[in-house]
Amino acid sequence: MSLDKNTVAKIAKLARIRVPEEELEPLAGELNTIIGFVEQLGEVDTDGVEPMTSAIEHEMFQRDDVVSDGGYPDRVLANSEHANMGFFTVPKVVE
Amino acid sequence: MTYMIKGNTGDWEVVMGLEIHAQVSSNAKLFSGAATTFGADPNEQVSLVDAAMPGMLPVVNKECVRQGVRTGLAMGCEINLKSVFARKNYFYADLPQGYQISQFEEPIVKRGKVTIDLEDGSTKEIGVERLHLEQDAGKSIHDQHPTQSYIDLNRSGVCLMEIVSDPDMRSPEEAAAYVSKIRSIVRCIGSCDGNMAEGSMRADVNVSVRKPGDEYGTRCEIKNLNSLRFMKQAIEFEAKRQVQILEEGGSIDQETRLFDTAKGITRSMRSKEDAHDYRYFPDPDLLPVILEQAWVDELAADLPELPDVKKNRFISDFGLPAYDAGVLTAETENSAYYEQAVDAGGDPKLTANWVISELFGRLNKADMSITDSPVTPENLGQLVGLIKDDTISGKIAKDVFDDMFSTGKMAKDIVEEKGLKQITDTGAIEAIIDDLIANNPGQVEQYRGGNEKLIGWFVGQTMKASQGKANPGVVNKILKEKLAG
Amino acid sequence: MTKLTGLTIAQAREGLKNKEFSAVELATEYNAAVEAARPLNAFITETPEKALEMAKASDDRIAKGEAGIMEGIPLGIKDLFCTEDVLTTAASHILDGFKPQYESTVTTNLWKSGATMLGKLNLDQFAMGSANITSFYGDVINPWKREGDNTDLVPGGSSGGSSAAVAAHAVAAATGTDTGGSIRQPAALTGTVGIKPTYGRCSRWGIVAFASSLDQAGPMTRDVRDASIMLEAMAGYDPKDATSVNVPVPNYEASLENGVKGLRIGIPKEYRVDGMPAEIEKLWQQGIEWLKAAGAEIVDVSLPHTKYALPAYYIVAPAEASSNLSRYDGVRYGLRVCDEGDSLDDMYEKTRAAGFGDEVKRRVMIGAYVLSAGYYDAYYLKAQKVRTRIAEDFNNAWKSCDVLLTPSTPSAAFAKGENSDPLSMYLNDVFTVTANLAGLPGISVPAGLDSNGLPLGLQLVGKPFDEETVLRTAFALEQAAGFEAKPQFMAG
Ligand SMILES: [Mg+2]
Ligand SMILES: [Zn+2]
Repeated sequence: MSLDKNTVAKIAKLARIRVPEEELEPLAGELNTIIGFVEQLGEVDTDGVEPMTSAIEHEMFQRDDVVSDGGYPDRVLANSEHANMGFFTVPKVVE
Repeated sequence: MTYMIKGNTGDWEVVMGLEIHAQVSSNAKLFSGAATTFGADPNEQVSLVDAAMPGMLPVVNKECVRQGVRTGLAMGCEINLKSVFARKNYFYADLPQGYQISQFEEPIVKRGKVTIDLEDGSTKEIGVERLHLEQDAGKSIHDQHPTQSYIDLNRSGVCLMEIVSDPDMRSPEEAAAYVSKIRSIVRCIGSCDGNMAEGSMRADVNVSVRKPGDEYGTRCEIKNLNSLRFMKQAIEFEAKRQVQILEEGGSIDQETRLFDTAKGITRSMRSKEDAHDYRYFPDPDLLPVILEQAWVDELAADLPELPDVKKNRFISDFGLPAYDAGVLTAETENSAYYEQAVDAGGDPKLTANWVISELFGRLNKADMSITDSPVTPENLGQLVGLIKDDTISGKIAKDVFDDMFSTGKMAKDIVEEKGLKQITDTGAIEAIIDDLIANNPGQVEQYRGGNEKLIGWFVGQTMKASQGKANPGVVNKILKEKLAG
Repeated sequence: MTKLTGLTIAQAREGLKNKEFSAVELATEYNAAVEAARPLNAFITETPEKALEMAKASDDRIAKGEAGIMEGIPLGIKDLFCTEDVLTTAASHILDGFKPQYESTVTTNLWKSGATMLGKLNLDQFAMGSANITSFYGDVINPWKREGDNTDLVPGGSSGGSSAAVAAHAVAAATGTDTGGSIRQPAALTGTVGIKPTYGRCSRWGIVAFASSLDQAGPMTRDVRDASIMLEAMAGYDPKDATSVNVPVPNYEASLENGVKGLRIGIPKEYRVDGMPAEIEKLWQQGIEWLKAAGAEIVDVSLPHTKYALPAYYIVAPAEASSNLSRYDGVRYGLRVCDEGDSLDDMYEKTRAAGFGDEVKRRVMIGAYVLSAGYYDAYYLKAQKVRTRIAEDFNNAWKSCDVLLTPSTPSAAFAKGENSDPLSMYLNDVFTVTANLAGLPGISVPAGLDSNGLPLGLQLVGKPFDEETVLRTAFALEQAAGFEAKPQFMAG
């Protein structure tokens, strides 16, 4: 499998990273080198092998249903330069 | 009768599958300790986890897991002893992490079915494909500023159960009945408050149309319907829209649509236009949720009596018609009220009539819920008891009920105070009738001459003279004897 | 009197206890060293006032006899750990001005043990890199140079600010994080000690996430004893991290000197890779001899899927990263690039294009690609299955040995540009990445110098939650190696 310019443009869109048209081709080259490298995994026989999603096999801790957090909008908004009236703001979204 | 859309080329069948999002009744969010109550100030109920601050990690709330399992059990579903939280990746203003933690390949609940009750008293089974737990998004407010949307993350991370049905519904009524039944189940077991107005429950409806017998057509998803009335309108509009397109030779684009409640139309959601590739994968911040079968069994044993079971009991034990039993068991509060009233007054059928037609009618008119009813179940039972033992007539009872509703007084006290007891004393009734016969010789003659319909006039006069208190049965009997001469 | 900055943690702790000097005096000397270290560009943020303030509190606790195990020890903190009210950048532009309203669990644990903070250390942007040349705040310079050659060398990465600062004595020790080798590889390239504990040993809460299933925090120190002390302070169960494991944290220092007699040291044959420099091969052999001489038993083992670890890593890590980095969207903190009339998507795309460096963008895009519709099974799922195979390899090896000995890196420190195309850069982690995939503890110990006079490290990998054996073996290795060399550039 190899990535062409259009695929790179599609991934860039999916990842919400603007890539100027003239950079798509060289980027496709770089990404293809990496994809080419990882493709050797195809050699490994993984029939019937369970995927490993975590390095630990412990039972997951579950929290109690108590309100123990929140109630500090100032801390939540402290790092936003664009907050207004207690809200975060973004360019207007048309639904 | 089957619901069909009439087109120029014939009848079209409407096919619907629903995704219901029901907010789990929990104190804290699915993965954080922030509160979930409705109506707080913006960003007041937001933890650093909910705001997706760098390095923040989710820790699952065990109550959400418990309620998900109970809901699955209540819908007769299988419970997955191992389920996995996965990330659904997409960018949106109200999705701070850039992904929603949901369940994808291994949901906590799969395969079950619910029975819906239709207005004609019939029932239908609707398949439930799965129930999974997921985070709610925040809220975008678009009308506060000309060029900006405002984002409130209070809902961000609140636990939702997404309940996905099979495409088994064929009419707006069935879709509404399905939502009602799910609502009735989650409210019965207390896993969700079912409050559609506050957004605790909302439905996405997948609508497609086809000629009967054909394959499924391409579907459109109408998002976020939060009232049954709007849902029915939206389905009807959308089905007709699709029929029109198809009959004009066009094809349906699979897309997400929004119901414009003001215009009564559905329209394409611009914000969701580009085809999504959600790149689901197991959330590496979390481990699988592993359940013990014994614990699941315990939850199953502890479930309250479910609406369908209760409905069948009302039919078999109380002899109620299916429809009445369905109405009374749709809401736990209603069935509880009804059962208490029966306990107090006997006569389940009469009680059912009084609850459904009189009480519900008055509550509706007054925009009150049954839990605020000024007439307690004991009091309604008492009223039914008074009718049953002939203390008052059904007609008088309606006046008494009005009084009970506005004053909250007990039925017996009102009957006592106003002297509304039926006159069953034959002596007193005979006296009135003797008077009547003596003063109306003309009518008596006509009756005796063969005009038996006049009996009604005599009854009316007698009742009037007794101020409605005479027992109609006794009046009839005595009149017939005396008029016969 | 010797310089206070010349003392290890253990030595400084002793001096503080015996009132030979105060924590404030120690912090003052280190503040000067931090300043002197500026040519290395190891710090993104210096916090001298905070260091003094914390040292003062340490002195109070020492006076009251309430000293913790790291009391008064001045540390550098990798700028991937969120520190309350102190700029935290992950060496990126996208976290411009970000001052967390919270403190990471690991740093909280360190402060509770009495440690003090000198500042926030430079790193590869979002911990993505092996040379510390992807930071928005500029490259970090290795204090070591080749003999007779003034070319700047890289300090390794991603914890390159940490390794450089520790090697140059600008800090007593530093925190690092290791996703594919980011503690052990820079430690090896700077002649310092770095341990990546078992996955789940240290809480990830409050550490900017790179790849959640691989990331682990660990100490970077001058010697093995210091690593033992500092790991004990950092580690511990944290209910705020669902992947944190609730097992007791031992006193690692207590068992350091128990020796390796009878311990079975596994030598995995697959680590003898093509083109490995003879010097590395020789050092590895030397390590084997040392441990044998100390009474350990040497066992040949096989980890047949070793070769697939790096490709699996370059699927799993970018995939998780692509999702973890979605939160940097210009909405709630950090950089926002938005011009008049821009849509929400314009804002996202411009902000992320400007806020992420090239390597981050590459990895985010690779990650999005391997997870995308139609490719998930071929890439991500396949890599997770290969990961299972790699973990099985280790489980088999543990049947015949207690700890594995391997080289830490395939080469000594190099100059920027010498092997810095993305792919050759990735090969730096070829020996370290397996431990991340399997979640195992691994340490790099300086063991010798190459022909250019640059440090080389040996790696030990242990069983899950058996950092004790790893550290004990590392201590034996350290004793045998007697590594005393110092870099050309010293800040303190
Ligand atoms: Mg859905
Ligand atoms: Zn959903």
